[in-house]
Formats: sequence, C-alpha cells, structure tokens
Amino acid sequence: MAQTNSFNNKNGIRYLNPPTLEVRKKKYCRFKKAGIKYIDYKDPEFLKKFLNEQGKILPRRITGTSLKFQRKVAQAVKRARSLALLPYVTDLMK
Amino acid sequence: MLKQYETVFIATPVLSEAQMKEAVAKYLSFIKDNGGEVVYDEDWGLRQLAYPIQHKSTGFYHLIQFQAEPTLVEVLETQYHRDEKIIRFLTVSLDKDAAAYAEKRRANKAAKAAAPAQEAQPAASEETENVENEAPQADEAAENDANSEN
Repeated sequence: MAQTNSFNNKNGIRYLNPPTLEVRKKKYCRFKKAGIKYIDYKDPEFLKKFLNEQGKILPRRITGTSLKFQRKVAQAVKRARSLALLPYVTDLMK
Repeated sequence: MLKQYETVFIATPVLSEAQMKEAVAKYLSFIKDNGGEVVYDEDWGLRQLAYPIQHKSTGFYHLIQFQAEPTLVEVLETQYHRDEKIIRFLTVSLDKDAAAYAEKRRANKAAKAAAPAQEAQPAASEETENVENEAPQADEAAENDANSEN
C-alpha cells in the first residue's frame, strides 16, 4: 500500500508518462570561467569553435560568450581572416 | 616610450628558402636599425592559405614581436607595401593581456622545442617547426557542452 506513484505530482494530476521536463543547462562564458584574458588570432583551430560552417561568427546567444569577450572573439576572427588563416566565406568548414 | 608590437607577414611561395631568409633578415635588421628591439621571431613555414591571394594558395608566414616607437610601424608598413615579395601583412600593438599571452606562448614554444630535442635527436628538427599550438588557453571540457546546447 505504501507504493507511491512516481507519476503523481503535488497537484494530484496524474500523468501516464513521466512529464518530460526540459532541463536546460545554463550557458556560461568560457573565457570568464577559464580566466582567459586575451584571444589569439594566430590560432585558427581555436577560433573555429566560434564560427558556423560557412565561416560566419556565431552569435552570443548560441555560444554563451559574454559581451566583453564576444567583441574580442570578433576582433580575433577578423584578424585571422585578413591573414588567410580563416576563410571569409566557405562551405562545410568542419 | 616603447610599445610592444607584433607583426605577421606572408611572403610569396615562389621564393626559395634562401630568399625567404633574406627577406626575414631584412625586416629584422630594418626594425633594429630604426630604433626598435626585436623580442622574438618565429617562422611558420609554408602554409596553406584559407583563400587565394594574388592567385597563390600557399605562403611563407613569419611572425616578429618587437618593441618600438609608434612611428616605426608606419615606416615598416610602407616597406611592406613596397615589397613585392610580401603578399599580406598585419601589425598589431600588444596591450597588457596580449603581452602576457605572448610571453606565455614564447615560454611554451621554448619548452616544446627543448623537450623533443632530448627525446629523439633525428626527428627534433621537424618537431620544432610545427606551427599549430594546441590551444594552450582553452579548457577542452568547457568547449564541447557550450557548442552542443543549441
């Protein structure tokens, strides 16, 4: 009798299936977390993490980078592009 | 007041090894002669360009870090412009954080160059020319989940 139905929630609503709650992990700025202060334009492999397949810079809302470092990422990517370390436009970069 | 600078230039791939060395030596001495002080220089070798420049798909990269008066940069860039061997260049001033990073990078390179030289003598010369640094500032774990979330 002491079996508790795990699908019963507090309001007494019964679900047939366990309700799928989307637990979204909070995004964070990796530069703040790792204590990185300078983003190197000479390292294209690292900068590729902030680009999409066409070589465009990903927005902050996707990468989670803070505004301060997004500006630095953008600066570094643009420098790398002008040195032909990264392409301006491309298809299927990764 | 001396400032820290860093310049990267790409020379045409049609140059021979000797011509390339000559070009590098020319710019090194140019900086020295004009009151600059070369802190570090690094040859990246022949690299694939991400897009063609002047119908060329490869180029010799060279990095020079130096301290100089701000007026030198303009003169140096004029030299680059006049030089047909140079197909692309970039000069940036290094702020406090960038200078710290540059220092760390140099130390890393020096350590890396020293380590394989002791391990294997025959392969050592090739090891040191390796250009790609393995993202020394990034923590690998943090990168994956940031990208996979969207």
